[in-house]
Amino acid sequence: MANAPTTLLAEITHRCPLHCPYCSNPLAMVGAEQELTTADWKRVFAEARDLGVLQLGLSGGEPLARKDLEALAASAHEQGLYTTLVTSGIGLTRARAEALREAGLEHIQISIQDSDLEMADRIAGMRAAQQKVAAVAIVRELGFAFSINAVLHRANLDRVSDIIELAASWGADRLELANTQYYGWALQNRAALMPTAAQVAAAQDVADEAKRRYRGRMQIIYVLPDYHETYPKPCYGGWGNVYIVVTPDGRTLPCHGATEITTLAFDNVRDRSLAWIWEESSAFNAYRGDDWMKEPCRSCPRKAVDFGGCRCQAFALTADATNADPVCTLTPLRSIIDQAIQAAAPTDYRFRYLTVETRRP
Amino acid sequence: MTFTPSSVPTLWRLARLDFDRVRQQRVLLYPEGAVLLNDTGAAVLELCDGLRSVGDIAKILEDRYHCDVTADVVEYLSQLEEKELVRG
Repeated sequence: MANAPTTLLAEITHRCPLHCPYCSNPLAMVGAEQELTTADWKRVFAEARDLGVLQLGLSGGEPLARKDLEALAASAHEQGLYTTLVTSGIGLTRARAEALREAGLEHIQISIQDSDLEMADRIAGMRAAQQKVAAVAIVRELGFAFSINAVLHRANLDRVSDIIELAASWGADRLELANTQYYGWALQNRAALMPTAAQVAAAQDVADEAKRRYRGRMQIIYVLPDYHETYPKPCYGGWGNVYIVVTPDGRTLPCHGATEITTLAFDNVRDRSLAWIWEESSAFNAYRGDDWMKEPCRSCPRKAVDFGGCRCQAFALTADATNADPVCTLTPLRSIIDQAIQAAAPTDYRFRYLTVETRRP
Repeated sequence: MTFTPSSVPTLWRLARLDFDRVRQQRVLLYPEGAVLLNDTGAAVLELCDGLRSVGDIAKILEDRYHCDVTADVVEYLSQLEEKELVRG
């Protein structure tokens, strides 16, 4: 019997004006014509709440690309979900922000690419930084609770202190400093994004100090650069244990990176109820519990802490999702990670575009 | 920080109390997280209105449960303060 899930990430669109080379969307993206309808999403939110989901992320792509975002936020609010809008801020006009507040939206997370606006625009692949500054001003003015999110990598890690001060000067309630996780587009751009060990160590010190200094004013979440750690990051609460992701076209995943596991088949909310998918589907049951584990995970006491690490990463790097996450220094697979760290080099990025067919590797 | 009887605790402005009808339990919700609450935990947090002190809250609960709860209230709020969910 599965636990009740707590969190739903609704990737309502893959459309996005930005082209970030670390985008968490898959390489093969979904076009607007394949997206779920407003009614589909409303049903998904109601089913999620009935299943025990408490947290909703309205994400993308850029969720503001959907004209029905306000209706979706209102529906989530009616269900009592604690809803976060995960946005680049591009397209967040005052009128839309007011409508979202009216709809009951509780929390907005705005991404920034860098504290250096020119560098930020280079990473975004568009003139985005000034528009983000304007979006932050609107969010503040309307009194929204808001977070700033910055993805960290070789080109901005040395400015982590500036990024923290910028978010604090904006009055952010919360700052997520997320070292790049290498999936999808980021895996394609790994050599260019990978920081040095010295950069990682320095940034960690800066973040630790800022976390103490801003305690009680701005909560700082520091997402570790897992390649530089000794043990892997835990699979998000355990596979099929707390987390559900629904993609723009309705495929339902145990993790946003799971489409990388090409041996799994994902059921669609157009065909099945969310409850059936959660309890019965082969994808959600594939790595539940620990029966699937091989050594060194099976006999390892850390399996209760990290669940063998990330299944998506194990598959992406070893073509077998039942292997230990190669980040773990207890597995000989760790050499894959060490080689990737050594292969780091400042090269050009491959930027994300929605029409990916011509740009596949 | 640790709370004292004169501290005035408030919930983080990003956190809110709710009742989860699926788990039949009170919950404290905040970005990317939830704390499932037992009845006494929920009773403490419901009284954190930014006006009452820890001492006021303990007094109300003492009248309700007929035992001295000050130390428990301080301990409980301090744990949540550690997670930055309560401020004082």
